[in-house]
Amino acid sequence: MSIDRLPAPKKPGGWSVPGLGLLKGLVVTGKNMVQSFYREDRMTTVQYPEERAPISPNFRNFPFLVYDNDDSLAGLRCVACAICEKECPPQCIYIVLERDENGKSLKRPKIFDIDVSVCMNCGICAEVCPFDAIYMDGEYELSTDNRFEGLLFHRERLAKSAAYHAEIRPEQAAEVEARRKAEEEKKLAAQAAKEAKAKADKEAKDKAAAETEQKGESA
Amino acid sequence: MSLLAVQAAVPSLWSPEWLPRLPQRLVEMILQNFGAPEWLVSIAGFIVAASTVVGVFMGGFALLSLIERKTLARIQNRIGPNRAGWFGILQPVADGIKMLTKEDIVPAKAEWLLHLAAPILIVIPSILALGVIPYGREWTPVPLELGLLFFFSVGALTELSVFMAGWASGSKFPMLGAMRAISQMVSYELPLIISALGVVMVSGTLSLPMIVDKQSGFHLGFIPAWNLFTPWGLVAGLVFYIAAIAEANRCPFDLPEGESEIVAGHMTEYSGFKYALFFMGEYLGLFAISGLGITLFLGGWQAPLPGLGFVPSWIWFFAKLAVVIMSFLWIRGTFPRVRIDQLMRFAWLCMIPMALLTLPAAAIWHFTGRGVLSWVVTVPLLLIPWVVITVIYNRRLAPATRHYTFAE
Repeated sequence: MSIDRLPAPKKPGGWSVPGLGLLKGLVVTGKNMVQSFYREDRMTTVQYPEERAPISPNFRNFPFLVYDNDDSLAGLRCVACAICEKECPPQCIYIVLERDENGKSLKRPKIFDIDVSVCMNCGICAEVCPFDAIYMDGEYELSTDNRFEGLLFHRERLAKSAAYHAEIRPEQAAEVEARRKAEEEKKLAAQAAKEAKAKADKEAKDKAAAETEQKGESA
Repeated sequence: MSLLAVQAAVPSLWSPEWLPRLPQRLVEMILQNFGAPEWLVSIAGFIVAASTVVGVFMGGFALLSLIERKTLARIQNRIGPNRAGWFGILQPVADGIKMLTKEDIVPAKAEWLLHLAAPILIVIPSILALGVIPYGREWTPVPLELGLLFFFSVGALTELSVFMAGWASGSKFPMLGAMRAISQMVSYELPLIISALGVVMVSGTLSLPMIVDKQSGFHLGFIPAWNLFTPWGLVAGLVFYIAAIAEANRCPFDLPEGESEIVAGHMTEYSGFKYALFFMGEYLGLFAISGLGITLFLGGWQAPLPGLGFVPSWIWFFAKLAVVIMSFLWIRGTFPRVRIDQLMRFAWLCMIPMALLTLPAAAIWHFTGRGVLSWVVTVPLLLIPWVVITVIYNRRLAPATRHYTFAE
């Protein structure tokens, strides 16, 4: 049922019963008043702390880091390539790559900080990431009593599971998941093919070696 | 002629009719038992009677501030205050605590004495005005013989205090608000008083309890003999109703404190409890003027149908008061604020002529025997000028088609 509205006002110069417009207005507000007690579509108020309006999957504010499996830090998809750090227009991302004692890259971030007081919610980081590691979040209750440390999010705070991603953006997460799975399978298949080829090569080599041996013996 | 009309004899102390005056009677009886002198007994009785009225209407003020917010919320399809207590019932308490604990700011350029006096002086006349209204058959706190005159003379004091507030604040918006308030209140006081005069002419008295007594009985066995159900009474009642809205500074005539135009008008420079006092004065004034309107036109405490006399009369008064106040809320939730020129034009071109016409109509009504002949004479006398006025009024106000020289 649509909510009743007043008809468009008459053009000036026309005649009407004096006071009729006032009565019509009173009827409209009176209807509002009475119907608000029994019509659900009239009362759109959401009692906020107790109830929450559903968030659209397209809603975005600050980025978060996706991790697979259970370990929130070891499972991070992020490889600390720092593409997002370079692309970020307000430069709110700070990344340090983790290395072992020999200086070899461990392909994961030692520090991944986002200053959400600087972030402008553009979502470019999520768009440029080739590893599906960073996506935009929908969390909005972020008030804090410390405007410096409280608004600087470290990787512990930023890390959220792939299941959370699937919860807030089901379509996007499903698409990402399917793509990652396909890639994984492709990789596995490639590896299997490689292994099979290596095995075949080895067998052929062995066979050839055995044949030469046999030849040598017979000779 | 004594100033106080004679009170009816006491039927029974414990009848529901006497319930609102019970505290007064008890105090008087206790003092008499202890052998207090006569003057002390009567003064103590008056103080208790006044406290009863003030207490009832302070409670009404608290309740109304909540009901108003709730009603406006419902009109706008919202829920309204519902956090403080059950259905927001403690909201007035929370508001009161907030107001009391706020800082009291007096601007450096303010006349501090007048700035202090204005909020006090706006509450006093409203309480004084509430004192003369007959709330029930046996319950008129101060039964003055010149009650109506007293009501209007103390009612005029509010204009003074509003202007005092605006001038003493030493700031622009309060001054603008005060100027608006003065022009509005002076313009609307005229139709207000003139429309009440018809009742005085027909009733032949200025005493409010007597005016209510004159409206007792029923026409044709079921139409109450209230002044509203006469041709002149209907017009005078409507004029009184509209003028009362303007006098009480309520929407759509709330120009003196139009918050979207001049911050809060004369209350701009007030904070804390002084601000609360302005609101209190405004709401008490609203109660007082509605009570007067009920007394003059809606039969005061008279029951609306025959056979309902067993309900205590003061319950009827407060039921009518609730209906009138709810209609004010409804109007506030419906109409936008008028412009100052529309306001003045409406007062001087429409309200005052119609109010003046009710005087000859009331006189004819009285002298032609209040029967069929009276109806035949007074209805055209009022209807024809009304049609003429509205036609002229509408013509003048209808905006001409606009031509935009540079945009075409």
